[in-house]
Amino acid sequence: MSNEAAIQSGAIAHEVQEQADIHHHHESFISKYIFSQDHKMIAKQYLITGMIWALIGGGMSVLFRIQLGFPEATFPWLEDIFGHWAKGGRISAEFYYSLVTMHGTILIFFVLTAGLTGTFANFLIPFQVGARDMASPFMNMLSYWIFVLASIVMLSSLFVQTGPASGGWTVYPPLSAIGDAAIGSKTGMDLWLVSMALFVVSQLLAGLNYVSTILNMRTKGMTMTRLPLTVWGIFFTAALGILSFPVLFSGFILLMFDRNLGTSFFLSDLVVNGNVLPNEGGSAILYQHLFWFLGHPEVYIIILPTMGIVSEIMSVHARKPIFGYTAMVASLFAIAVLSFLVWAHHMFVSGMNPFLGSIFVLLTLLIAVPSSIKVFNWLTTLWRGNIRFTVGMLFCIGFVSNFISGGLTGIWVGNSTIDMHVHDTYFNIAHFHIVMGVSAFMGMFAGVYHWFPKMYGRYMNNTLGYIHFWITLICAYVIFWPMHYEGFAGMPRRYYDYSNWESFKQFAELNKVISFAAIVSFLAQLMFLVNFFYSIFKGRKVTSKNPWQANTLEWTTPIHPIHGNWPGEIPEVHRWPYDYGKDGIDFIPQTEPVAPGESGDH
Amino acid sequence: MSVQEKRIHPYKFNMWLAIAGIIMMFAGLTSAYIVKRSQPGWESFTLPGLFTFSTVVILISSITIQVALNAFKRRRMDKYRLFFAITAFLGVLFVALQISGFYRFEELGMKMTGMGSNSAYSFVLAIAGLHIVHVLGGVVALLIILARAFGSKKRNYDSMPVEVVATYWHFVDILWVYIFIFFHILH
Repeated sequence: MSNEAAIQSGAIAHEVQEQADIHHHHESFISKYIFSQDHKMIAKQYLITGMIWALIGGGMSVLFRIQLGFPEATFPWLEDIFGHWAKGGRISAEFYYSLVTMHGTILIFFVLTAGLTGTFANFLIPFQVGARDMASPFMNMLSYWIFVLASIVMLSSLFVQTGPASGGWTVYPPLSAIGDAAIGSKTGMDLWLVSMALFVVSQLLAGLNYVSTILNMRTKGMTMTRLPLTVWGIFFTAALGILSFPVLFSGFILLMFDRNLGTSFFLSDLVVNGNVLPNEGGSAILYQHLFWFLGHPEVYIIILPTMGIVSEIMSVHARKPIFGYTAMVASLFAIAVLSFLVWAHHMFVSGMNPFLGSIFVLLTLLIAVPSSIKVFNWLTTLWRGNIRFTVGMLFCIGFVSNFISGGLTGIWVGNSTIDMHVHDTYFNIAHFHIVMGVSAFMGMFAGVYHWFPKMYGRYMNNTLGYIHFWITLICAYVIFWPMHYEGFAGMPRRYYDYSNWESFKQFAELNKVISFAAIVSFLAQLMFLVNFFYSIFKGRKVTSKNPWQANTLEWTTPIHPIHGNWPGEIPEVHRWPYDYGKDGIDFIPQTEPVAPGESGDH
Repeated sequence: MSVQEKRIHPYKFNMWLAIAGIIMMFAGLTSAYIVKRSQPGWESFTLPGLFTFSTVVILISSITIQVALNAFKRRRMDKYRLFFAITAFLGVLFVALQISGFYRFEELGMKMTGMGSNSAYSFVLAIAGLHIVHVLGGVVALLIILARAFGSKKRNYDSMPVEVVATYWHFVDILWVYIFIFFHILH
C-alpha cells in the first residue's frame, strides 16, 4: 500500500519538475550550451564531439595509409609536424603502431559508440516516444561530461613523450600489461585504460537513461508496438551496452592490477629484454575472453542504432510502410541475444578446442538469419516505392549496399576453417570495415542529413550532400574491395612495410590506389564538415514543421523546439508510425486519430 | 499523468538497470576466477575469519536500512535518521573489516600483489576490492541523503531517494554474500 503511494508521489514530483522546465526560459550561456540538461543540446554536443574525434581518427588513417601506399617516399612536412615520430619524412614504426591502435580505439568507441548512439539516442528518444526529456536529464548531462573527461585523457595520451597505446585496439596482454614491452605500453597505455574506464562509466549512465526513458516515459497511446524502429534499435543497443561494457570493465580492472600491482592474471613465463619476469600462472587468453565478451556485442552496439535509423528514413522517403515491422523488431532482438553467444569466433586461432569452435561457428552463422531478414525487409520496403532520392535516402541505400557486401564476407570469416587462413589478414580488415565501419557511417550520415532540419531549423546543402555520398560510397569500395584479395593472398594486418616481403610486393600498386582513395574519401568528409557547420548558420531555412512529411512525433514540435519539446500538452498517439500511402493518403501522422471506415491496422 | 501512475518511477528503474550492469561485471570476474581455477598453479585458500565478521556486519546493515525506510514511510523522522546513520556506520565498519581481512591474507603469507603473488589471492583482492568500492559508493549516497535530511528546512516526504538507496544497499549486501559463498565453495 504505502509503496504504491510512494510511487505516485514520485511520479507527481517528476511531472511538476517537467512543468517547471517548460516555463524556465531564462537560461545562461553555460546552462544552455555547456552544462545543458536538454536532450537536444546534449545530442548536438555528442555529435560535434564525435566529429572532432572522427577528424582525428580519420586523419590517423590517412597518415598510416601514406606509409602503406608509399613506403619508399619521404614527406618532409611529416617531420615538420611530428618531429622524431616521422624522422626523415617517413612515419616511424612505433608511430605507425600507435596510429593504427588509436585509429581503432577512436573510431570504434569514441565516434561510432559515443558519437553515434549519443547523438541519435539523445535526440530521438524523447522526441519519438513523446517525452519532455530523458528519465534523468542530470544523469544524461553527467554521462556526456564523463565522456568529455575520457576524451581529454585519451587526447592527452597522444602527447606524452612515449606516445599513446600501440598494442592494437584490443590491447591484448602481455604486450599491454608490461610497461617495458614496448614504448607504447608505458604511460600511453595507462592513460588508455583510465580513459576507457571513464568511457565505460559514461556509456553505462547513458544506457540506463535510454532504456528507462523508452520503457517508462512514453506518451499516452505510444505502446511498444507503435515505437518507431529507430527507438527499437537504440533500445537494444543500450541493453547490450549495459550488459556487456561491465564485463570489459572487469577485464580492464584485472589488466590494471597486472600493470600496477604485480599480479599475474594474464601473465606467465615471460622474458622481456633478457630479464625473466616473476609472473607465473597467468593466462593471456583469459583477457581475450573478457574483452570479446564485450567486443562482439560492441559491433552490434555500433550497427543496431543505424539499422533503426535506416529503417525509419527509408520508409519516409519510399513513402511506404516499413516492410515487416514485427520481423524487424524480432530480428533486432535475435541479433541482440545471439551477439552474446558468439564472442569466441574472434579467437579461433587461440588454440581453442575445435569442437567448441564448431559450436561458435554455428551460433555465428545463425546471426545471418536475422540479418538477412532485415536486408530483405529493406529491399522490399524500397520495392515499388515512390522513392524520393534525398541525400538521407541515398545514404540509407548505401548502408544496405555496404551491409550486404560486408555481411556476406561475415559468413566466410565466421567459418573457423576459413577464418584460420584469413585471421588477422586484410580480408578481415575489409570485412569489418565494410560491415560495421562504413555501414555505420552511412547510417550516421543518413541520420544527420535527415534530422538536421529538426536540429538546427535549416537544411544542409543538397549538392554538396550528393557529392559527399557518391565520393564516400565509391571510395569505400575502392579502399576495401581490393583488400579482400590481399587478405586471401595472406597479407597480414598491422605490418609496417610490406615492400620487404617478396609475397606482397605484387600489391605495391594496389596499395597506392587504396591510399589514394583513402585520402580522397577523407577530403570528402572534410567537405561534409564544412557543409554541416556552414548550414548551421547559413543553410536554407525550414519553413514547415514537417519538411519530410513524416509520421513520427518529432515533426509535431515547433521548428525550433523549446526545452520540453512541446509548448502545450504532449500529443497523444493513435497509430503506428508507418502509415504511408494508406487508403490512398500519402501519410498519416501518429497523432491522427483512426478515422471511421479506415482500413484495418497494419 | 494517468499513464505515469501505473509505471515504476524512472529513477528506481534506472537503479535496477544499474544493478544488472554491476551483476554482469561481477559475473565476468567470477567466471574469470572459475576459468583460472582450473588451470595449473592455483593455490587454494580459506578466507580468514575476519570476513565472516564483515559478512555479519553487512547483513545487519541491511536490516537497519530497512528499519530506516519503514520509519521514513511512517514519518518517524528521528528514528529514520538514527537508523540511516547506523547503516552508514556499519558500511564503513564493513569496509574496515574487509581491508584488515586483506592484511590478514598477507600476514598468513598469502601474497595478493607483487612478486610471489598467486592469482587465487589476487582475485580475492580484485573482486572483494571492487565490491568495497561499491559499498563506499552506497555510503556516500547515504551520507548525501542524510545531510539533506538534517540540513533542509523544508520537510520532504518523498521516499523515492531513500527507497532507491535501500534497494542498492540490499543489492551490495546480497552481492557480498554471493562472493563470500563463492569463495568458500570454489577456493
